[in-house]
Amino acid sequence: MPPMANAAVIRVAGLGKSYETAAGLFPALKGVDLDVRPGEFIAIMGPSGSGKSTFMNLLGCLDTPTVGDYFLAGENVAQMDKDALALLRNRTLGFVFQGFNLLPRMTLQDNVALPLVYAGVDRETRQQRARELLAKVGLGQYAESLPSRISGGQQQRVAIARALVNRPRLILADEPTGNLDSHTSEEIMRLFEELNGEGITIVLVTHEPDIAAHCKRQVRFLDGQIVSDHLTVVDGGDA
Amino acid sequence: MIHPMLGEAWLAMGANRLRTALTMLGMVIGVGAVVIMMAIGQGAQYAVQQTISTMGSNLFIVLSGSFTTAGVRSGSAGAPTLNVADGEAIAELDGVANVAPTHQGTRQLVYGSQNWSSQVIGTTPEYLDARAWNIVNGAGFGDSDVRSATRVAIIGKTVAENLFGDDDPIGKTMRIQQNPFIVIGVLGSKGQNLDGRDQDDTVIIPLSTAQRKVFGTPFLGSVRMIMVQADSAEGMPRVMESVSSLLRQRHRLRDGMPDDFFMRNLSAAAESEAETTRTMSILLGAIASISLLVGGIGIMNIMLVSVTERTREIGIRMAIGARQRDILSQFLLEAVMISFAGCLLGLLLGLGIALAVNALTGMVIVVSGSSALIAFAVAAGVGIFFGWYPAQKAARLDPIEALRYQ
Repeated sequence: MPPMANAAVIRVAGLGKSYETAAGLFPALKGVDLDVRPGEFIAIMGPSGSGKSTFMNLLGCLDTPTVGDYFLAGENVAQMDKDALALLRNRTLGFVFQGFNLLPRMTLQDNVALPLVYAGVDRETRQQRARELLAKVGLGQYAESLPSRISGGQQQRVAIARALVNRPRLILADEPTGNLDSHTSEEIMRLFEELNGEGITIVLVTHEPDIAAHCKRQVRFLDGQIVSDHLTVVDGGDA
Repeated sequence: MIHPMLGEAWLAMGANRLRTALTMLGMVIGVGAVVIMMAIGQGAQYAVQQTISTMGSNLFIVLSGSFTTAGVRSGSAGAPTLNVADGEAIAELDGVANVAPTHQGTRQLVYGSQNWSSQVIGTTPEYLDARAWNIVNGAGFGDSDVRSATRVAIIGKTVAENLFGDDDPIGKTMRIQQNPFIVIGVLGSKGQNLDGRDQDDTVIIPLSTAQRKVFGTPFLGSVRMIMVQADSAEGMPRVMESVSSLLRQRHRLRDGMPDDFFMRNLSAAAESEAETTRTMSILLGAIASISLLVGGIGIMNIMLVSVTERTREIGIRMAIGARQRDILSQFLLEAVMISFAGCLLGLLLGLGIALAVNALTGMVIVVSGSSALIAFAVAAGVGIFFGWYPAQKAARLDPIEALRYQ
């Protein structure tokens, strides 16, 4: 079971989400309970349609639940308005997507600095912080390049730098290695492990057991519910 | 917050240069058309104003009445019902600036071997004040010249050129109706009046001299016409009213008897002319602003396309913390920048064409700072008005849907 040292970063209780469809109300998520403590590194797994994407959208404050409570860093998100959700996404969360989602017309440095623009940080600080983080993910020399000039693995590193730029409490990664080959995937996962080692909490969606094996805890979804939740068994040489 | 957004709007505009340029072209043409039309309209107004100001302002004339002999009616100023004393009485009224009894007609002028037919006006010194007419060479005559009927003349520029050529007319003697007149002054040029008559083709002599030596008069002291200038345009109706009642009283006209004089407001005709050109320039501006409207619709169209194309970008921005109002102002700023840039170019284009029209046709063109200011305000307004809906559409996108958009 998860360590009980600090107050939970995420506390989810009875969380449910239903969608209106032609066939009637479709329950994508049916009463999920989950606590995530600071410093955890969790893999969310499950087949498509299991509700894990819906769950991630709710965790990411991109959507609001139909029922239940979601406490993010102690605040109940369930009833917040759109601006308050935007503020939470900006200050408390960092997103890493499968498709990298960098803005193609901006330099890597500007891409990394973009969340700081919405946070109202001054230009000097934005640039300095963006350069620091690009250096941290090993791409300091590409600060002035456009995303199209670098490889997919490098783009994902830039995306991770962007997710980190506002010093978030939590990183949400949605299939971050889905578009990468296995070698590059390994590199990205090692970067995540490194960040987790520095104390950053990470929740990562994946359907690949290899990837999930890098995480400390594995939560499995099926039919809108959590069916298993256990710490990763350390076997052989795989960390 | 605004500063990095300006840069981003610039990037977005640069990403599709041809499209941005074509969208701008709509605004360029619209603003250009407005600027040209306003320049031409204001030019026409200015030209009319100039003509009016040469005539003299706040003027009206009193003409002596008509008479009927055996069923034949004379025109106005046919009967000798006005006299110099009437003029002196009018001068005493409140709100009257200048009064000048006049007697005019066309006479042949002779100087040496040259001769020229011109309008001869017999009047008092106040006439020049009423018509704001300067003497550029020599001097005018005074009240003593009118009292003693001296034979002196002030001539217009056209008369000076035709009769005297290169000679200096001052001190020369010319003949009107066989009577020798000494030229003592030359008038400044006034050009054509509203009817197209050359106002400089004029000779001005003392009223008494005109009546005794040039035109002759049935009753000494009677005049055909009295020119009256009011203090102000607002005072005109009141002054005309009091002149009318004064003259009825002086001429002992009982209630119910018709006036034995006519009054004509000279400024009224000019005012209506000015009104016409004003209406015309408003109409021109209105027609031109239709093209501005079309330009605005072009901006709206392109912004809608842009929002659709950039749905994913909007989703990313929202995911990393952009609020609805951030997205709204981003797209609004882009629309306003396109509109503004188009406006600036349109202003230059309009100015260029207006100057070219002026150079090629000599048409009077007036480009005022206010019309440029209006054009800019309109451009900002068009940008915001037509950019609002697309920007609103972008801001209201659902971040999840937008992130999924391919």
